Amino acid sequence: MTAHDGSTVLRVEHLSMRFGGLVAVDDLSFEVQRGTITALIGPNGAGKTTVFNCITGFYRPTEGRLALQRGDPAVWQALEALTNSGQRGVLRPDGALFLLERMPDYLVAQQARVARTFQNIRLFAGMTVLENLLVAQHNPLMLASGYTVLGLLGLPPYAAAERVARDKARHWLERFSLIERADDPAGELPYGAQRRLEIARAMCTDPVLLCLDEPAAGLNPRESAELNELLLLIRDECAISMLLIEHDMSVVMNISDHVVVLDYGIKIADGAPEAVRNDPKVIGAYLGVGDEEVARVEAEVGL
Amino acid sequence: MQPAAANIGARFPQALRDAGLTALIALGVFLPLVGFQTVTNIRDALTLTTRWPLLLFLVGSIAAVRFVYVVALAPRFERGARLIPQRASAAAANILRNWFIPFAVAFVIVYPMLVVLTVGFGGAVRWIDNFGIQILIYVMLGWGLNIVVGLAGLLDLGYVAFYAVGAYSYALLAKAFGLSFWILLPLAGTLASFWGILLGFPVLRLRGDYLAIVTLAFGEIIRLILINWVPVTNGYAGIGSIPRPTFFGIPFNADDNGFAAVFGLEFSPIYRVGFLYYVILALALVTCFFNVRLRRLPIGRAWEALREDEIACRSLGINTTNTKLTAFAMGAMFAGFAGSFFAARQGFISPESFTFLESATIVAIVVLGGMGSQIGVAIAAVIMIGGTEMMRRIEFLKQIFGPTFDPTQYRMLLFGLAMVAIMRWRPRGLIATRTPSAFLRKRRNISVDLVKEGRG
Repeated sequence: MTAHDGSTVLRVEHLSMRFGGLVAVDDLSFEVQRGTITALIGPNGAGKTTVFNCITGFYRPTEGRLALQRGDPAVWQALEALTNSGQRGVLRPDGALFLLERMPDYLVAQQARVARTFQNIRLFAGMTVLENLLVAQHNPLMLASGYTVLGLLGLPPYAAAERVARDKARHWLERFSLIERADDPAGELPYGAQRRLEIARAMCTDPVLLCLDEPAAGLNPRESAELNELLLLIRDECAISMLLIEHDMSVVMNISDHVVVLDYGIKIADGAPEAVRNDPKVIGAYLGVGDEEVARVEAEVGL
Repeated sequence: MQPAAANIGARFPQALRDAGLTALIALGVFLPLVGFQTVTNIRDALTLTTRWPLLLFLVGSIAAVRFVYVVALAPRFERGARLIPQRASAAAANILRNWFIPFAVAFVIVYPMLVVLTVGFGGAVRWIDNFGIQILIYVMLGWGLNIVVGLAGLLDLGYVAFYAVGAYSYALLAKAFGLSFWILLPLAGTLASFWGILLGFPVLRLRGDYLAIVTLAFGEIIRLILINWVPVTNGYAGIGSIPRPTFFGIPFNADDNGFAAVFGLEFSPIYRVGFLYYVILALALVTCFFNVRLRRLPIGRAWEALREDEIACRSLGINTTNTKLTAFAMGAMFAGFAGSFFAARQGFISPESFTFLESATIVAIVVLGGMGSQIGVAIAAVIMIGGTEMMRRIEFLKQIFGPTFDPTQYRMLLFGLAMVAIMRWRPRGLIATRTPSAFLRKRRNISVDLVKEGRG
């Protein structure tokens, strides 16, 4: 058993995902530290989104352990006991530990508080921007509405809860400069604003870990620079951890504290952005050649 | 003026060709359907008779309509489609909300009195019963199904099954245990919603066409059970002399302790019919209230979100299983209420009342009205059900086609026509805007082009 760093929020251990004969992710292990941004990069088809789907419960991994902790780091001590117990997680007053591979997707979001965005934006296009953010707060509101019974009667506790939910939505809309469009249907927003709205919606679920699948895809350089600042600000203010898939290297190199590189489902590098950038294996994977050929190809393309 | 006239002249040959072709197709369709008729004669043998004048009339009028359409209407529609401003429908929706609803509610409340004042006691029963009650039952069913189809986006083609469950629950329990209507009403709703959940489980993972097929089959299963479980349901013969609802214990009959006698009135069936009218009106308004309230609650928003994108819902921690099941249960509950009312009003029920055609009618009402729109569904129910009832009363057609002509036989034909027309000009229903359930500054209706219909 390895020594646990107190500030780890997510531990991915020996994660494998097979679809029939295809090994999409092969024995992947890495950690996400609290309050940091970890980037998951790799060429197309490397298995990045599959890793996301395993973490967020959309896929059940073939093998591996995905442990997420929040609150007091001391709960990590319970990891082995939890693994052997067959339970999904331990909830203590001072912290919680979850085994994500044992949880269905909605519980990963609801209990473990892992929020995600999608590569192809998935907004509720026919609902307004505000409604999108209110749907994200479904679980606390549901509780406040007494599972609809009290809400149906229009009792005050629900009205108060809805006010709180609106204020939170307003806060995030201001944060993401979407407040002017609050009453517009989400499907009418320009592409960049839709990307921001999806992140705002994920933030409304009060996540411990935010998984962003290509947040800068389709953004122009100015928009992606703004997004960088916004993500850094969120990381610092809310002390949440982020896991990020991104192809835009300006985003990856500027904001991530840690980079994990995948190629054909296998981890080929793991470290600080600078170190990863200069790793011949990584360059080789992106150029599509073996690492012994990297120097020759680099000379050829004039790097 | 001159070029326009020339245009019309230029379209003549094409219009004639089109009309001829249409007439040919109509002839092909209607020759076997309308041209020939099998009649059982006095010796109980089937004989074939022909109905050439009717056939000729149909084919001729179809060709004429096509001709007029190509010559005069088609170019105008094409021009009109470009000119109609987008704002018009939003403004219309505002007017509708501000004026139409209070007026409509006031009208349905005073409707029985208006009828009594205009046609007197004798004629009023027919108008209140056949129009008022009948339409309100379908309005209620439409609003109930609206939760499942309009909000949650789950196409349910077996909705009539829950209506049947409600009706049979009331009939059987009232006859077996003598329980009153007001006790059995919630019970029938509960039983129906239980069946809704039962249907919900197997169809959780199904979407689109597959969901529609399974729900359709479910409706048939219930109907076949009602037909074949003779010891309980009495099969095709149905259940008769079902206890009628009472006015808080006072029956509506001609006895000394009946409603009329107790209140010192002259006995008339109008009191019972009027009472039933207000009961179904109250039930329909409760359904409407639930619909409106639920939309603004987290559960309603989750239903709409489910219709928009199920995967995004799951990523936000919404338990889609429970959300779908509550939608099925809620929808079924209102069908159960309506069913138990139906049984109490008719006094007789049989599986004949719960065929697929009923499900199709209710789905048609929801689709015609505009999915998710309360007013639209109500208007559609008035048109569809009121229209059918009106057709029973059209006498002048009999003078044209002879006394055996029954206009209600052409109900389905008109149904089809109305559907084609709606799909051609208002493909998303009569009310094609969605009103947001919450707003920060200004409520702005959303064009349904953005709203998904749900793949489920």
